[in-house]
Amino acid sequence: MSPTEKRNLILAFESSCDETSVAVIEDGHKILSNIVATQIKSHQRFGGVVPEVASRHHIEEVTLCIKDALDEAKVGYEDLDAVAVTYGPGLVGALLIGVTAAKTVAFAHNLPLIPVNHMAGHIYAARYVEPIEFPALALLVSGGHTELVYMPAENQFEIIGETRDDAAGEAYDKVGRVMGVNYPAGKTVDEWAHQGKDTFKFPRAMEKDDNFDFSFSGLKSAFINTTHHADQIGETLSKQDLSASFQQAVVDVLAEKTKHALADYPVHQLILAGGVAANQGLRERLERDLQSNPTTHLVKAPLKLCGDNAAMIGAFAYVAYQHGVFADATLNADPSLEFDWAADSVK
Amino acid sequence: MYEVTVTSPEATMALGQQLAPDLQPRDVILLDGDLGAGKTTFTKGLAAGLGITRNVKSPTFTIIREYQGGRIPLYHMDVYRLEEGGGDELGLDEYFNGDGVNVVEWSKFIADELPEDYLRIVFKRDDEAGESQRTLRFEPRGSHFEKLVKQLEDGTNE
Repeated sequence: MSPTEKRNLILAFESSCDETSVAVIEDGHKILSNIVATQIKSHQRFGGVVPEVASRHHIEEVTLCIKDALDEAKVGYEDLDAVAVTYGPGLVGALLIGVTAAKTVAFAHNLPLIPVNHMAGHIYAARYVEPIEFPALALLVSGGHTELVYMPAENQFEIIGETRDDAAGEAYDKVGRVMGVNYPAGKTVDEWAHQGKDTFKFPRAMEKDDNFDFSFSGLKSAFINTTHHADQIGETLSKQDLSASFQQAVVDVLAEKTKHALADYPVHQLILAGGVAANQGLRERLERDLQSNPTTHLVKAPLKLCGDNAAMIGAFAYVAYQHGVFADATLNADPSLEFDWAADSVK
Repeated sequence: MYEVTVTSPEATMALGQQLAPDLQPRDVILLDGDLGAGKTTFTKGLAAGLGITRNVKSPTFTIIREYQGGRIPLYHMDVYRLEEGGGDELGLDEYFNGDGVNVVEWSKFIADELPEDYLRIVFKRDDEAGESQRTLRFEPRGSHFEKLVKQLEDGTNE
């Protein structure tokens, strides 16, 4: 077999938060296996991620995930070209498990180690839909992040806007909690939203401001004030209408800001990624908005790859591999890792 | 103890900013109050007062956010998710005995990990008086924080 015909195989690790995941990815775009052990059920009891529980769970799961991933892909360590791992952002104790496991495999089998930014991974979930064309813009929305990332070329990421306070997914979890919905609340609130109407007209923060930043704290407060006031006068509000009103405000802000960003940054693709990218209201709205845009088309991360998983880490790791981005055994978890801001953006 | 009533998020931020110049490494400030009471808003002001230019975001998801680049570092923690315990394994001691100011939201969940001296600020909503009205009650423990609150009290009464 000539070298050009040999397939590239990367063993990828992800453990930044709730999910322990290991995947085997061929040539950066074919998933041979993607094992995800979630611990959301155990966290639901606590209304959120508990770091200590998370770390312990990752330790229990990670070696089982490696075995399952290799078995399902029908490959052995000797077939691999590299090991990749999320080293940030995330919970430090959770990240460390993946980083340590990946370093160990890399050392034991003499394989290069590729450090991957979790957010680059989220964006590259879209690689399983179609190749990414540059320049591209990504709207990343998850429990911990809400940001617009401009990608002028491969392996280049620049933040042009982000949330000033709460992440969109976090706002979902918090208003969900007010309505008695378990963590993670996004799916239920999304479902209710589709059954209700935007009757409360919550504020749309920063929709008109001259920047690409988001804010969801005012919306959260308005929501809490509304339900609090109703409680005091003994009135019961429709959870469907509350959800619809909340979701409409979130989607309006995300969609408007993205539209402004696209005007300043003409791109081939708009990539929608991150856990909240699974939100139907948001997917439908962006689809509608982009129908009239002749130059940019929407690439939505596949629903089952919107949440945290190692397949997306492997997809970006292939790009990093080709660019020669490797780490040695000193690689450490970086819980606050983030992309740089675009040089020309005013922060 | 010192109580002050504010009527806007900007005023909450200004209080945080006023407190900042007198803060030292290893100071621990506890912010207690309901969701949406203004804890993160206060921290934004405090960060600005320390000369931190980076935007202060909610730390709920990552538990701890670190901010360098100011006069001294700021460690912003939200232990809301630790209501079932686990705070003892977070290594909070290293932060509390470290090189920066520590701001802790929902501190009742890590009561066992707290140092002896700290400044607790309790945020209370007053819905009768208006949706953005908040009362901030400063409860210092130890002479350093008593002095600090006294200064704040004198400063705002001028």
